[in-house]
Amino acid sequence: MDTHIVERLAEYVDNGELNSELIYAESEHSMFSAAAGASAAGARSFTASSSQGLALGFEVLGMISGMRLPVVAAIANRALSSPINIWNDHSDTMSVKDMGWIQLYVESAQESFDTMVQAFKIAEETLIPVMVCLDGFTLSHVTEPLELENVSSFVGKYRGKYVLDPKKPLLMGPVATPDSYMEIKELQQKDMLDSKNVVKKIHNEYKKKYKRGYGDGLIETYNLKGKKKALILMGSAVGTARVVSDEEKDFGVIKLKCFRPFPEEELKKVCKDVKEIAVIDRSLSFGQDSAVYTEVKKCLPNKKISGFVAGLGGRDITRKTIKDAVNQIGKEGQIWLK
Amino acid sequence: MAEMILGLPKEELFCSGHTSCSGCGPALAMRYALKAAGKNTVVVHATGCMEVVSSAYPLSAWKVPWIHGTFENAPAIASGIERAFKSKGKKVNILAIGGDGATFDIGLGALSGMIERGHKVCYICYDNEAYMNTGKQRSSASPLFANTTTTPFGKKIHGKLEPKKPLPFIVAAHGVKYVATASIANPQDFYNKVKKGLAIDGPSFIHVFAPCQFGWKFPTDKTIEITGQAIKSCVAPIYEIENGILKLNKVDNKIKIDNYLNMQGRYKHLNKEEVFQLQQFVDDRWKFLTELETKGKVFDVVQ
Ligand SMILES: Cc1ncc(C[n+]2csc(CCOP(=O)(O)OP(=O)(O)O)c2C)c(N)n1
Ligand code: SF4
Ligand SMILES: [Mg+2]
Repeated sequence: MDTHIVERLAEYVDNGELNSELIYAESEHSMFSAAAGASAAGARSFTASSSQGLALGFEVLGMISGMRLPVVAAIANRALSSPINIWNDHSDTMSVKDMGWIQLYVESAQESFDTMVQAFKIAEETLIPVMVCLDGFTLSHVTEPLELENVSSFVGKYRGKYVLDPKKPLLMGPVATPDSYMEIKELQQKDMLDSKNVVKKIHNEYKKKYKRGYGDGLIETYNLKGKKKALILMGSAVGTARVVSDEEKDFGVIKLKCFRPFPEEELKKVCKDVKEIAVIDRSLSFGQDSAVYTEVKKCLPNKKISGFVAGLGGRDITRKTIKDAVNQIGKEGQIWLK
Repeated sequence: MAEMILGLPKEELFCSGHTSCSGCGPALAMRYALKAAGKNTVVVHATGCMEVVSSAYPLSAWKVPWIHGTFENAPAIASGIERAFKSKGKKVNILAIGGDGATFDIGLGALSGMIERGHKVCYICYDNEAYMNTGKQRSSASPLFANTTTTPFGKKIHGKLEPKKPLPFIVAAHGVKYVATASIANPQDFYNKVKKGLAIDGPSFIHVFAPCQFGWKFPTDKTIEITGQAIKSCVAPIYEIENGILKLNKVDNKIKIDNYLNMQGRYKHLNKEEVFQLQQFVDDRWKFLTELETKGKVFDVVQ
């Protein structure tokens, strides 16, 4: 649910805290498109969506990243229809993982705020749009004491590179024939892979200034030192995993914050001494193992890794879910924790 | 003062070298629209023939900044651009351009949203009465009985079974200040309407009738003649709806539609009864428009 986000933004614009124009689009397709238009015209632009809305906007996501427009979006993660279900899981954003957006998954409302601020700088420096993924309801509708900062000086003036300007005509979104399409996509892929360093750099700048950080900005670990077992997961369930790790003491937690680009070297590094891994996915890839599990396996081919599906459509991930995952490492196939 | 020919600036902002078919009606519409808008313009284009023929990387036919997104989102992109320029105090003409498929069908919701929000954008729909870029499939702008690849001339289907959607009226019903129809056979009229549309303090909509020799199946040197026939036979009525009041371009010595139909392959299959029905349809619409013209304000204007 993105409603709270846009309602509060309207309030900030109304009371003058935020100097911005609001566009009330008639659909999420138009919403992402209007954000793209504003960005192309040289304005810093932001939007919020989730679930069916994100699915409707799918086409425009690729358009935005292909045009290298630094749009930032907050996505309140929720399940996809059918059956219709308004609750939290990661089906929506995991389905658009290949659309050329940087994806950052957060654990708390505080991390949402901090990451959102960084997202603008990351997008503008890389010319890659950024999606901050926060768990629907668990984070989007939560009341949590927050440390807020005046971040205007950190974010700075908008630094869009290519702008629609009659004094310097240019073409955005042209036709690319088979002669040029691959080269254009190759560049985009290279920049996407390189953007990892920018995500880290900007996270560290923020940490230095405001004294709050989340691992290296890509991956955060908890109680991992000296552990042979680890649990890898994303989003708000990491909080529960921390508690269980404190209680059980036999495993460490690895929070995958940046899923796109995938922090392969960083994950290899933190898992150097880990032997056994449980991966929890909150989404499905019908007909194959889920995405986080698949990608972790690819990254760490010599470890004992098991994949778990949990927390779909708002099903709580409890202490028991976490324990069940860690205790069943070694099992083959996709294991459902209901 | 810029050099003018027949009341239009000589300078081309939509340049030659684009790859449209010869005798392309919509390409003329692009040229005239850009002459009216001038250099201080941003063009937002929907996917379709005119976008494809004018923007194959690394070439461009456009001498103004131009952006293309998807088939249906030109009005929404234009909305974002307009708001960004407004907040920066920039005064730039914004032309959103889409074909009939982009406008009548898939982008209608986006167009409606742009209009309802009151963005100062002039939207031009060039109407070649089918999805030409993808090979001539039916759109809701394709006329009654027309043969397209999806409305074949067969046993059960005899061309398109439904009449054209009355889009200018649907747009006018939003309460906009300016809606107009035009054609490529009268460049001055179209040019003036684009200028007028751009001067409106809010959204405006121009529907320009632009024959496609490929889809309608006629010789490439007949584009203007066919357009003229469409106007003289009242198949393509030219009018303005300004502040809710409809003003129709008079047609002296209205002619029958036969010649218009006979010039085009897409109507080749019609039997006598169908020609009669089509004539009836055209006459009824014309009568409706002439009556509407006498009624003064026929659309509420809310913008
Ligand atoms: C969502 C989507 N559906 C289908 C297409 C394929 N497509 C591209 S252009 C086009 C037809 C365009 O028709 P129209 O708007 O009438 O313009 P024309 O080509 O006739 O000038 C279609 C179907 C697309 N690009 N996007
Ligand atoms: S198919 Fe028709 S509209 Fe498209 S370029 Fe050719 S003549 Fe023009
Ligand atoms: Mg068309």
